[in-house]
Amino acid sequence: MTGFFQSEFFHNYSRSASAIIGSALMLTFAVAVIAGPFLVAQNPYDIAALNLMDSYKPPVWLDGGDPQFPLGTDGQGRDVWASILYGARISVFIGLVAMIASCTIGTLLGLIAGFYGGIVDSVIMRIADIQLSFPSILIALFLMSAVGTGVDKVLIALTAVGWVVYARTVRGSTLSEIKKEYVQAAKVAGLPNTAIIRKHVLPNVLTPLIVIATIQVGTFVLIEASLSFLGVGVPITQPSLGLLIKNGFDVLFSGLWWTSVFPGVAIMMLVFGINLFGDFLRDELNPRLK
Amino acid sequence: MLGYLLKRLIQMALVLWVVSLVVFLMMSFTGDPVFMIVPIDATDAEIAQARRILGLDQSLPVQYWIFITSLLQGDFGQSYVFRQPAMTLILERMPATIEMVVVAMVLAVVVAIPLGVYAGANPNGRLSRMIMAGSLLGISLPGFWVGMVLIYLFAVHWGIFPSSGRGDTAEVFGLRVSLATWDGWHHIALPAITLSLGTMAILLRMTRAGMMEVARQDYMKFARAKGATRHDVLYKHGLKNALIPVVTIFGLQLGDLIAFATITETIFSWPGMGKLLIDSIYRADRPVIVVYLMLVALIFVVINFLVDIVYTLIDPRITLK
Amino acid sequence: MMATATDNTLLDVRDLRTYFHTFSGTVKAVNGVSFQIGKGEVMGLVGESGGGKSVVGFSILGLIDSPGQIMGGEILLNGEDLAQAGEERLRQIRGREISMVFQDPMTSLNPLHTVGQQMDEVLRLHTDLDADARHRACVEMLESVGISRAAERLSAYPHQFSGGMRQRVVIAIAMLARPRLIIADEPTTALDVTIQSQILKLMRRQIAEKGASMILITHDLAVVSEMADHITVLYCGKVVERGRTRDLIEAPAHPYTRGLIDSIPDPANPHARLKQIPGTVPDIRNLPKGCNFRDRCPRAQARCAEEEPELHPQNAAQWAACHYPLQPGDSA
Repeated sequence: MTGFFQSEFFHNYSRSASAIIGSALMLTFAVAVIAGPFLVAQNPYDIAALNLMDSYKPPVWLDGGDPQFPLGTDGQGRDVWASILYGARISVFIGLVAMIASCTIGTLLGLIAGFYGGIVDSVIMRIADIQLSFPSILIALFLMSAVGTGVDKVLIALTAVGWVVYARTVRGSTLSEIKKEYVQAAKVAGLPNTAIIRKHVLPNVLTPLIVIATIQVGTFVLIEASLSFLGVGVPITQPSLGLLIKNGFDVLFSGLWWTSVFPGVAIMMLVFGINLFGDFLRDELNPRLK
Repeated sequence: MLGYLLKRLIQMALVLWVVSLVVFLMMSFTGDPVFMIVPIDATDAEIAQARRILGLDQSLPVQYWIFITSLLQGDFGQSYVFRQPAMTLILERMPATIEMVVVAMVLAVVVAIPLGVYAGANPNGRLSRMIMAGSLLGISLPGFWVGMVLIYLFAVHWGIFPSSGRGDTAEVFGLRVSLATWDGWHHIALPAITLSLGTMAILLRMTRAGMMEVARQDYMKFARAKGATRHDVLYKHGLKNALIPVVTIFGLQLGDLIAFATITETIFSWPGMGKLLIDSIYRADRPVIVVYLMLVALIFVVINFLVDIVYTLIDPRITLK
Repeated sequence: MMATATDNTLLDVRDLRTYFHTFSGTVKAVNGVSFQIGKGEVMGLVGESGGGKSVVGFSILGLIDSPGQIMGGEILLNGEDLAQAGEERLRQIRGREISMVFQDPMTSLNPLHTVGQQMDEVLRLHTDLDADARHRACVEMLESVGISRAAERLSAYPHQFSGGMRQRVVIAIAMLARPRLIIADEPTTALDVTIQSQILKLMRRQIAEKGASMILITHDLAVVSEMADHITVLYCGKVVERGRTRDLIEAPAHPYTRGLIDSIPDPANPHARLKQIPGTVPDIRNLPKGCNFRDRCPRAQARCAEEEPELHPQNAAQWAACHYPLQPGDSA
């Protein structure tokens, strides 16, 4: 353990403002997501706990604010702060799960394409290329419009969009590894493919995958937020931060800004934190820059 | 040259064909559109007749065949909602979207490239770090949220800009263009700024990365060894090389702008084809959705093709194969 | 300790130190190097890869970027100390008084500019010639480095030339403004063996014609024995031997020099085992106490582990830094 604290990684980490701020933000979110519901008195989705008399209270520092609801309330009397904590759970959950699914499927497809080559490789890469020439948001939008709303459907749409980058990276790595002489020699000696994957391909591809995966969580959070905002994302019963913003949009023009602005700030902090840390990781783990 | 063009055309056609297949399949498996066009109290006979008219009584491959052949003739069917040809509806609204996309792109390029060059040339300066932090923020923000904040500040609170809609239009070359009027600019300001932010951030980061990558190249050191000034080395030797990767993603960014325009148009009630798409998704207006997707797919493959051509013009090492 | 500078001295480098400050330690790439080069002379700067030879070249031109820094010493060009000169003064000197030929012609030239543009740049920066005069000068220069159809070739791009041709272009660029000193950093290492001798002959002819001096940086003693008037041998950032080429090759004083000479394959004895200097270059961040070479030296004794040897004259024109230098007639 002490070895880690003396490593070059930690040394650079402790000097990088972006790394520290980024990981601090991510940690804050992790805590909020895990412990969130225990930190607030009101469960905003328990209808019985709501009081319409509390509706549209502004944040506590403005006239009419109520210390019980530090960031104000929405049209149903829901505490914005509580809504954000609950919403963050859904947003982060979707981002993480979709990333894991994309990574798994993408890596698998990349390995298959790299090892078997031939027509399997061509087909997989062709699909990947065609997908890449279209913006992910559009593909996701289209898929959601076809299959309907729901958390599971959002996960499928995000995975359908997110696998490509892993497949390409892993395929590239696989191809360059199997060309190497020591791998050829091992194959001749009877080393099974799984061992080659384990010992040669995965170690080389691990660091780029980590960087990609980290940043992809942020990307997915943003895409999901956009989809939910457009009404083709999560259902009303499981409002993510994006859906919260949408709900607040309707009353924005009347000057009631806090129901949509604060959830947006939350998304921004989460994704910004991820990107800050991801940037640092990318620079640190890049052997070329050493 | 001709061989290359032919090859590309075949590739583009292939992509469009795959897209048409995917679009068709997805649309066929989602709901039954017959109920969009018959009244609620329709009899079974009327429903059956409607099915026949829509061609829904045929088998799937036959439906697809009809779909493809009419597509190639430019007939995308009628909007269920507007009872007008879907193609006409989309084309009417396309100029509005193109306007916004073009203004957003110009804004992004004009801001991002100079800032990116500066940040890449002086990577350790304070201003550079601030610029980079800003660009990172730019790619972390949900675009629609920014639009909302801008509406609140500039339209609702301060009343400087209008909060929705397109301004007055004037006719230019037979198209209705709002950029030809002051009111048009007044209306396009907020939407275009909102749309441009994401691309601006990405272009800035790529430019900076390109400059830094180029700074490590031997030919830069060699140019200095010749006695070139730091300024010359940076701008005459480095910049062109650094911008090559930027050109690569320029096409993709243009595509992204068209895609994100759907959201921006929704927020600002901008009457473009993006808003039409979203509305059509709500109303399950299938023909319009299909037209939008095919048209946009066509635009994307053409953009990619043009980017490749531009690429060969900039880099003498690349030839068309 | 050092040969005294004479009126004929063009470049006088005294106790140059260039260090690189990295996370894992300070790399003393050049650690007290001194030499002189006279007008019209060719000096070979020899040593193993990573031994600091290129850094000497870059230091002279002031092209050391962070984390590197010139920590001390003087670089006297006709009395002017380049180590103290400002960027603007250095810029005037680069390409004009002192020019450089890089190792890899594939990467030295900007892929997006024509050869003509890159040659023209040197003249534009350092002369007052008008466009036509510059064009003529470029054509002449290209022809003189052996590129046929020179006028046409000026509008070609670097990738349209072969490796050897590209290096000729680089040499042309280096000679265009009539520099007094050319620093050639491993100019033939990246080229095919057959091309190497052509390029070397070309360089020799060019500097002879123009009366220029040259520092030929290389790890290849065979190259240097043909081209150089005198040789400076570097090991781990320090000069271990210095002297006239003939003297050094026939009767090297330092065991390292001896090892380098011995490792050249003997064409007369094609079946003989290749001789190698045993061991590897020590980690330059963690140099051993005493002589840097002692772990690999067949003559090392107790004193070598304690005391670092200084340069001592072996005879009138040869210096070596060794406690137990070879005498003429010794075998290793």
